[in-house]
This record gives sequence, C-alpha cells and structure tokens, in this order.
Amino acid sequence: MKRSTRRRLGEGALYGLLGAVVVALAVAADWPEIQENFLNGDVLRSLWPEIVTVAAKNTVVYTVIAFAGGLALALVLALMKLSPVAPYRWLATVYIEFFRGLPALVVILAMGFAIPIAFQWRPPGGSIGAGVLALIIVSAAYIAETLRAGIQAVPVGQVEAARSLGMSGAWTTVSVVLPQALRIVIPPLTNEFVLLIKDTSLLFVLGMAIDEQELTTFSRDALTTNANSSPLLAVAVLYLIITLPLTRLVAYLERRSMVRVR
Amino acid sequence: MSAQAPASRAIDVRDLHKSFGDHEVLKGIDFHVDTAEVVCVIGPSGSGKSTLLRCANMLERPTSGTVLVEGIDMTDPETDLDEVRSRIGMVFQQFNLFPHLTVLRNLTLAQQRAKGRGRAEAEQCARDNLDKVGLADREGAYPAQLSGGQQQRVAIARALSMEPDMMMFDEPTSALDPELVGDVLAVMRQLANEGMTMMVVTHEMGFAREVGDKLVFMDDGVIVEEGDPRAVLSNPQHERTQAFLSKVL
Ligand SMILES: Nc1ncnc2c1ncn2[C@@H]1O[C@H](COP(=O)(O)OP(=O)(O)OP(=O)(O)O)[C@@H](O)[C@H]1O
Ligand SMILES: [Mg+2]
Repeated sequence: MKRSTRRRLGEGALYGLLGAVVVALAVAADWPEIQENFLNGDVLRSLWPEIVTVAAKNTVVYTVIAFAGGLALALVLALMKLSPVAPYRWLATVYIEFFRGLPALVVILAMGFAIPIAFQWRPPGGSIGAGVLALIIVSAAYIAETLRAGIQAVPVGQVEAARSLGMSGAWTTVSVVLPQALRIVIPPLTNEFVLLIKDTSLLFVLGMAIDEQELTTFSRDALTTNANSSPLLAVAVLYLIITLPLTRLVAYLERRSMVRVR
Repeated sequence: MSAQAPASRAIDVRDLHKSFGDHEVLKGIDFHVDTAEVVCVIGPSGSGKSTLLRCANMLERPTSGTVLVEGIDMTDPETDLDEVRSRIGMVFQQFNLFPHLTVLRNLTLAQQRAKGRGRAEAEQCARDNLDKVGLADREGAYPAQLSGGQQQRVAIARALSMEPDMMMFDEPTSALDPELVGDVLAVMRQLANEGMTMMVVTHEMGFAREVGDKLVFMDDGVIVEEGDPRAVLSNPQHERTQAFLSKVL
C-alpha cells in the first residue's frame, strides 16, 4: 500500500469514529428530557431580567473592582521586586509565591470566615467585600509577575537614555519605563482579567443577599428553586458573552504585537 | 584634594579602572577633554571605548579612579549625578529614542522633568533644535516612522535640548545604512564648528581627521597613543596603532 493511501485511510477511520460517536449520542440521548431540563422556556423566562441587571452586572462590577485593586497592589509589588533594596525584594517575593501557591478559594474562605473570627475584624462591604478583597490579594500576586516581566522587557537603553538626560530614577520609571511596560503587558493583563471573571464565581461560598448575587450564585439559587438545570445553561452563555470577546481581543493583540516586533 | 581641575577641563579622568567581575576592562586610564575641544576615541571592538564613555557620566560605576566633570567629582556620593548628567548630552549607537512618544515629546520630556521648564519654553527649545538637525517638519512623527539617520538626528536634538555644556557620542553612525551616515556627520560637524565640547567614539576616520582636535587610540583597556589626529592617523608611533589602522583604513 502506498504511504499516501494509508494516510488517507487512517484519516477516514478517524472521521468514521467521530461520526459513529455523534450518531450514538443523538440516538441514545433523550431529547425531550434534555430540552425540559436545560432549555425550559418557563424557567428561562423567570430569570429575566435579573440575570442581566443583577447577576451579570455584579459579576462585572466585582471583576472590575478586584482587577483595579489587584493592578494597583501589583504595581507596588512589581516595583518592590525590582527594587535595589533587598528586603523589599524579599517581601514581594514572599507575598507573590505565597498567594500564587494557594487556591483562591482558600484565601476567599480565610477572608470571609477565618480572619473575622480570629481578629474580630471584618473587611468593609460585608462578605462580598471580604471576597472581593481576597480576589484583589490573589490577583495582585499574579499581575505583579506579569508587570515585572513587562518592566524587564523594556530595553535597558531606554533607562540609560533617560538617565543620561538628567532625569531621576523615579521620573524615568514613570515617564519612560511604565508606559512601555504597560503596552507590553496588555495581552497578558487581559488574560488575568478573564481569569478573574471566572474566579468571581468562587464568591458563592460566602453566601450573599439577592441583590449581591453574581452569575454563579444566581444560577445556583435558580437551579434549586426551580429544580431545573436551565439557569446553568443561561449563565454559561452569559459568561461566554463576557469572556469570548476578551479572549479574542487577546489573540488579536498578540498577533499584532508579533507583527510589530517582526 | 589635588583633584581640582582647571576650569577649562570639561572631562578629566584619572587612573580609571573598571572591572566586570574579574574581567578588567579599563586598566588605568588618564584622559581629558578640554572645553570646546573635539576628542575622538578609536580602537578595536572590546577595547573599552564605550565603557570609558559610560564611566564619564556614571552610567557605569568605575571600580577605582576619579572622574571629574567640569571639576565636579562624579565618584563622590554627595554629587547630584542627575544635575551633572543634564549638562552632558549623550548619543547612543542604537539612538534609544522613546518609542512611545512623538519626536517633539522626546525632546521636551527631560526638559520638563529634569530642568523644570514649562511646556511652552520646552517646545520652543525643541523646535529650534529640530530645525537645527533639519527635521522641523517631523515633530509629530513617532520614532518608528523615521529612518535610522533621522532617528539619530532626533537623538542629537534631544540631547541638545537640555542645552548641555558637552556632548558624548558612542559610535553614532555605526547602526546606520551607509547612505544615511553623511547627514548625521554633517550635524556633528556643525556642532563642532559652533564650539561644542565633544567626545566621540567612532570608526569614521575621515571625521576624526577633519573635525577632531585630538585622537585617542585605545586597545585592551589602555590608551596606547594619543595626539593630533592627522599625525596619529598618517604616522602612528605604536605598533598596535599601526596594526589597527592598517585594518580599518
Ligand atoms: N555590562 C557589562 N558586563 C560585563 N562585561 C561588559 C559589560 N559591558 C562591557 N563589557 C565588556 O567590556 C569589554 C569592553 O566593552 P566596551 O563596550 O567598552 O568595548 P568597545 O571598545 O566599546 O567595543 P565596541 O567597538 O564593540 O563597541 C568587552 O569585553 C565587553 O564584553
Ligand atoms: Mg562600544
């Protein structure tokens, strides 16, 4: 048998297998049952409009707050990590390694339950405040590493040019290094943002008032009240509506920066 | 301290040593540039020319020795390095323009941040200097939109915008296509004619011969020979100078 014939046969077998699985699933699946459970019109209609005006809105609000806070904290950590003062570097390293090594859920539980019990101190904003604070703390650790890499990717000649003009180290960082570093880190930062959107779903462990619910908590509530899985599907679609444009944007930005670097 | 230099001495380097790890790159350099003098530095790759230039404004910290700039001891921890650096214009082989800023902003940034000038004054000075290097019409462009020769002229204009007392060039034309070298050299020539104090590391022997007041030949971390450019180039005294010149001329 010629090699090309054999390859074509092999490919054909793979397509055949795929076809067989699809057919088997279609035959075996109980379509009315699936529709009743996942695409139940009455249940879906009952979610409207709160699923968007409350749940999706809260998901976005929590993400934006956590991201903004995380970015600010991360900038401090990244500059500490690049500091000539060794103790600053150690502190930043310990922070970053510590919180990157823990599951976000553990930090959320610690902020929501352990710390208030241990120290009689409640983060502002109730349990949601505690959860968002936990997300700030965790995301800062990841974003700090991204920012550090971005700052180090700025050619050293840029710093030398600025310093040789008489600019101070601080002004050089602010006016020359950071603007260029931010451009470099926009694609990875968008990725962090997408991860954070999904991480807000972890906040459900803290429990929250109706008007505080984000998408996952909202869907779990609707799931139990209706004893029906349709809310899960609706929420999945909403997550994708939020995240897909962003992941496509990252792909686009990465392609573009690749072209620019040549 | 006996290190107090005559006022006419722009750069005065004494017994300068510089090591990277246990690699000694400068092995005791005595070197000076007088006010309004053009000193060219030549030598084979790796001989320490850039390191000497970079030690002069403390981009590189000397291992030992003194560096005086207009009589100010640069190795003294009390010296305000930023202030002294703003008086030394520096031009790099790779231009090092700020790619995220327009040409005009490249020229105004340090005037505002380091010299405390207001925006209007900074822009006025920037435009004068862009005009001087023949790029008045490109103030709104970004560095990536310019040719290498234009970028280097912008870099020179950026350094001049600080109204420095002296200029240092590190192989300013080595990264340029041959047909773009002339424009940059013309700007440097004009500066020299205006009486600017200049230290120029270069491979352009023609420039060194015609514009330089003094030529310094470095090899392996020491100054092997120095003197009048025409004399050194046409009648090198030292064997290493002869060997180097026979390769580049
Ligand atoms: N930051 C550094 N760390 C370690 N070694 C260095 C550093 N900078 C320069 N060197 C070394 O010092 C020596 C002299 O370098 P320098 O750049 O001063 O030479 P140069 O005369 O300017 O050469 P070229 O003509 O190639 O520019 C070289 O061997 C180089 O590898
Ligand atoms: Mg060099």
